[in-house]
Amino acid sequence: MSNSTDLHAPARRRWLAAGAALGGGALAAGCATPAPSGPSLGRVVVIGGGFGGTTTARYLKAWGGNVDVTLVERGATFVSCPISNLVIGGYRQIADVTRGYDGLKAAGVRVVQGEVTAIDAAARKVRLAGGTELAYDRLVLSPGIDFMYEQVGGLQPAIDSGRVTHAWKAGEQTLALRRQLEAMPAGGVVAMTIPRTPYRCPPGPYERACMIASYLKTAKPRAKLLVLDANPEVQSKKALFERAFSQHYKDILEYRPNAELKEVSGTLAKLDFEDVKADVLNVVPPQRAADIAVKAGLVNINNRWVGVNWLTMESTAVPGIHVLGDATFPAPAMPKSGHMANQHGKVAAAAIIQLLKGEPVSATPVVMNTCYSFVTARDVIHVASVHQYDAADKTFKTVPGSGGVSAAANQIEGRYALSWATNIWNDMLG
Amino acid sequence: MKTSPMRLALRAALATALLGAGGAAWSQDATLARNLAATCANCHGTDGRAVGDMKPLAGTPADKMLAMLADYRSGAMPATIMHQIVKGYTEAQLKLIASHFAAQKPKQ
Repeated sequence: MSNSTDLHAPARRRWLAAGAALGGGALAAGCATPAPSGPSLGRVVVIGGGFGGTTTARYLKAWGGNVDVTLVERGATFVSCPISNLVIGGYRQIADVTRGYDGLKAAGVRVVQGEVTAIDAAARKVRLAGGTELAYDRLVLSPGIDFMYEQVGGLQPAIDSGRVTHAWKAGEQTLALRRQLEAMPAGGVVAMTIPRTPYRCPPGPYERACMIASYLKTAKPRAKLLVLDANPEVQSKKALFERAFSQHYKDILEYRPNAELKEVSGTLAKLDFEDVKADVLNVVPPQRAADIAVKAGLVNINNRWVGVNWLTMESTAVPGIHVLGDATFPAPAMPKSGHMANQHGKVAAAAIIQLLKGEPVSATPVVMNTCYSFVTARDVIHVASVHQYDAADKTFKTVPGSGGVSAAANQIEGRYALSWATNIWNDMLG
Repeated sequence: MKTSPMRLALRAALATALLGAGGAAWSQDATLARNLAATCANCHGTDGRAVGDMKPLAGTPADKMLAMLADYRSGAMPATIMHQIVKGYTEAQLKLIASHFAAQKPKQ
């Protein structure tokens, strides 16, 4: 599998090479549907089985037909960050936000559970832990975020020890925070901290605050929640969240702006001018593009994010690698969200098919975002935006007069939020 | 993917009517329509085959969908979110989106 790919080779030759590289039978075994006949358009390796990566993989198969698509993901299952705050609040189980990759396999995507350790952009191949190499014509990297632990003293050991949670990647961390809330004394104090923007999911921390407060209100009414925000104000759906805080959680939740976490010691949160002692400390850490993007030399903006060409999602640092989702340096007013990563995935899939065919990519892509947040177990608020590509400035821009937020929290959108989740998970995973 | 001859004919007729397009242009427009319609899939399901409380769009006649979208835009149709989203798309884009969904097979 160490053969490199000559991009200028005829498609037929590349197809033969791909057959050899994937061992033929391995790919067929993953296919419930018969493979389309004719030469392959090429090999695409997708790293990351979250919102962006799975969408790209599925749409490459749906739109490209005979493209060899391999998805590499380190987890055995997909666990959704959206809706996971309901697990923390006790209104859903982790199984409700967990899905398998069988739908992608049925669509003809080869799913490999593994950890990518290196990307060789010159030779166009990736190496997995254990030594397996996968050759590609186009690489898609949808790696999400990793944490800038160096910015908060003591944070990494506190999280590694299990004493403090981040729960900003759904799964074990989500469950750990839930268990800590359940185990906390009746009159205990929960502190959660929010990093300076930009971070993954702008409204997410405030939704989490509502879900924690909602749980405390019912189960531990003498307990308190301190929301320590490094930002000067609520970063998304501000008026709606502020209304929810005062309407539902007045005696439980205290929101403090300009309260940046500097250091963690046990469950003591040290800020600039005060220390906050908590029974349960949940820290949303400062974030950057995930480690693999750093390692591959893709991080080229603010030492934190990956710049991309918005027509193709191709990295502006390394050709042949398309980067999606939270890891990217966003276009103006473009949120880091699962919904947006799904939309990035479709732009990438459409563009990659054109590039593999040697045809021009769409010059007028559109992406949009919808984000629902639960403020109680049933009441939900949204923010929506539509982003059209601007050829002059080579970026996406929101359309004036479009988008917006809910008029007020309401239960109809509570139902829509859950339907949104099911539909987007189906859209990504089949 | 199976598309009935009738739907194919309908799609072609629609495309011609809406865009006055011939061969290559038609294929380009179909691809653009597909891409644009995919921006709706997060809520309305892949190719408009929604589940749950979201409105399925697959198989909805284009004129009916365009009338609905116009009502969202004007405010004639009350909405939680669609009045905000519809304003992000041009009329030409909405026509392409409607033509794509009209040609999709509804969920069984």
